[in-house]
Amino acid sequence: MNVLGKVVALGVLGILAACTNNDPSTLGGGLGGGANGGGLAAGSPSDPRSPAYFQQTVGDRVLFSIDQSTLTPQAQTVLQGQADWLLANPDFVATIEGHADEQGTREYNLALGARRANAAREYLISRGVAGNRLTTVSFGKERPIEICSTEDCYSKNRRAVTVLTGSTLG
Amino acid sequence: MMRFLTSLLLGLTLLTAPVYAQNGPLRLELDQGIIEPLPFAVPSFVPDGPAAAQYAQDITRVVAADLTGTGLFREISSDAFISRVSSFEAPLQFADWKAINAEALVTGAVNVSGNRLTVRFRVWDVFSGQELGNGLQFAGTTDGWRRMAHKVADQVYSRVTGEGGYFDSRVAFVSESGPKDQRLKRLAIMDYDGANVQYLTDSAAIVLAPRFSPTGDRLLYTSYETGQPRIYVLDVDRVRRTELNTPGGTMSFSPRFSPDGRSIVYSLIQGGNTDLWKMDLASGQSVRLTNTPAIETAPSYSPDGSQIVFESDRSGTPQLYIMPANGGEATRISFGQGRYGTPVWSPRGDLVAFTKQNKGRFHIGVMRTDGSEERLLTSSFLDEGPTWSPNGRVIMFTRETQGASGRATLYSVDISGRNLRPVRTPDGGSDPSWGPLQN
Repeated sequence: MNVLGKVVALGVLGILAACTNNDPSTLGGGLGGGANGGGLAAGSPSDPRSPAYFQQTVGDRVLFSIDQSTLTPQAQTVLQGQADWLLANPDFVATIEGHADEQGTREYNLALGARRANAAREYLISRGVAGNRLTTVSFGKERPIEICSTEDCYSKNRRAVTVLTGSTLG
Repeated sequence: MMRFLTSLLLGLTLLTAPVYAQNGPLRLELDQGIIEPLPFAVPSFVPDGPAAAQYAQDITRVVAADLTGTGLFREISSDAFISRVSSFEAPLQFADWKAINAEALVTGAVNVSGNRLTVRFRVWDVFSGQELGNGLQFAGTTDGWRRMAHKVADQVYSRVTGEGGYFDSRVAFVSESGPKDQRLKRLAIMDYDGANVQYLTDSAAIVLAPRFSPTGDRLLYTSYETGQPRIYVLDVDRVRRTELNTPGGTMSFSPRFSPDGRSIVYSLIQGGNTDLWKMDLASGQSVRLTNTPAIETAPSYSPDGSQIVFESDRSGTPQLYIMPANGGEATRISFGQGRYGTPVWSPRGDLVAFTKQNKGRFHIGVMRTDGSEERLLTSSFLDEGPTWSPNGRVIMFTRETQGASGRATLYSVDISGRNLRPVRTPDGGSDPSWGPLQN
């Protein structure tokens, strides 16, 4: 029960983290950690068809337990929302960024981030999103969003972030 | 590139009558648990004119710093000197050096002619008054004075210890600046002691883990310049990079050269799964070495090229394995508590250095290649990524401090676990790769 409780709490935290950041300048690539700033966060969060809505209301990220790449029930709920949104907005493509906390070697964390990104991608595909709309990249431990060295921060850094990278219509 | 002429100074004769040491010639036995560093004196090398004066002084200081930096030697301050050495050729007063307990004495002379610099030196066993090895000279250009000093120190080191030196070598690393969440990384190269830093990339893309070729002419590294982690090979002299064409997967990383420099082994990510592959550099063809759903990464060849040590979590946690260089059945070698990663085969072939994570701490350690005799050399919040000095005596690695202000710094440690020290770099530093001794 305790373990389950913790996982639920982590899932909620993740959604809160995604919702509390309202500064558009830090959204997209910045918040997701993308090194290349390719993320879109355009539009008003109140427009359900906007990337800003996807990011803040649907929730652009899911969190993982230490060393894990399996999706928690909460993560699956967020990803279901992402899949629904992507299916309703077929013009968009996305890159899923996998990240790890700093506890682990650089190499292992790169591989672990790839597992996490792939787990999110596979789930979205299982919900009907076309695979050719979804690419993945791992940043390992190179791009934490929280920089303290405690579990509070680590839990937010172990993430897969779905970054809308463009529109298929250009 | 600078070229060095190395020649034995023929015709030098011993200027003192031989005295036989009671315990044989001076020799620092490194494998017998050195506790007391060997005291040595290095009076300022004698300049042959005003143009050589500053070089003579600077070279002497670098020789002394190289030897002292090993933790195996202790310099006797010139304040204690009784004798002055004002001529390279004049007889030495060994009694004066014995009196201040110097066991080794290094004398030298520096000649500057235009931009040509010549360094001559001798190493003496003070107790016997005998020369250790023969007088030698190095010649080059004046801007290569540090390298000549390192070459002198390498000679002193190897004559006293009987093993190869490591001072005339370079280290490639990642120069880091900025906070943890917006860290800027650039590929850089420097002398082993932190001098002569040169940047090889800008910080526009994340770069990771440079790895020297066996001859030091090329570097493999991983860069995000396409948006994905990809492997590049960089010609060090020309600072020209080429992306390597890895098969059917977008992400590749953790490359390392084979001992003959003709192929590389690396990690390729396909469908979220990381396996080991090998690429022939001439043809660009890759072949798969592992095929499991586990993470396989951080491969490193044995010095003879016949085996690869790597990291895999096929048992559930990251552990170290050895397999034949062409793939095949792997044997697990790490069995202690905790998680093991980034194994690196020693240049002598007898040890594997690794990163170990256990109970919230990180360690750099070594074990024999069968996994026995594991010894942890360091302990901190985050130590990782060992690299061996060319002679297998010293390990350099990354230490990162914790928290929001956390910073990465290069450190080195003797394989005895002694002499832990930071390596000074202009900014933060990580992912060191220690290159070979230069020619």
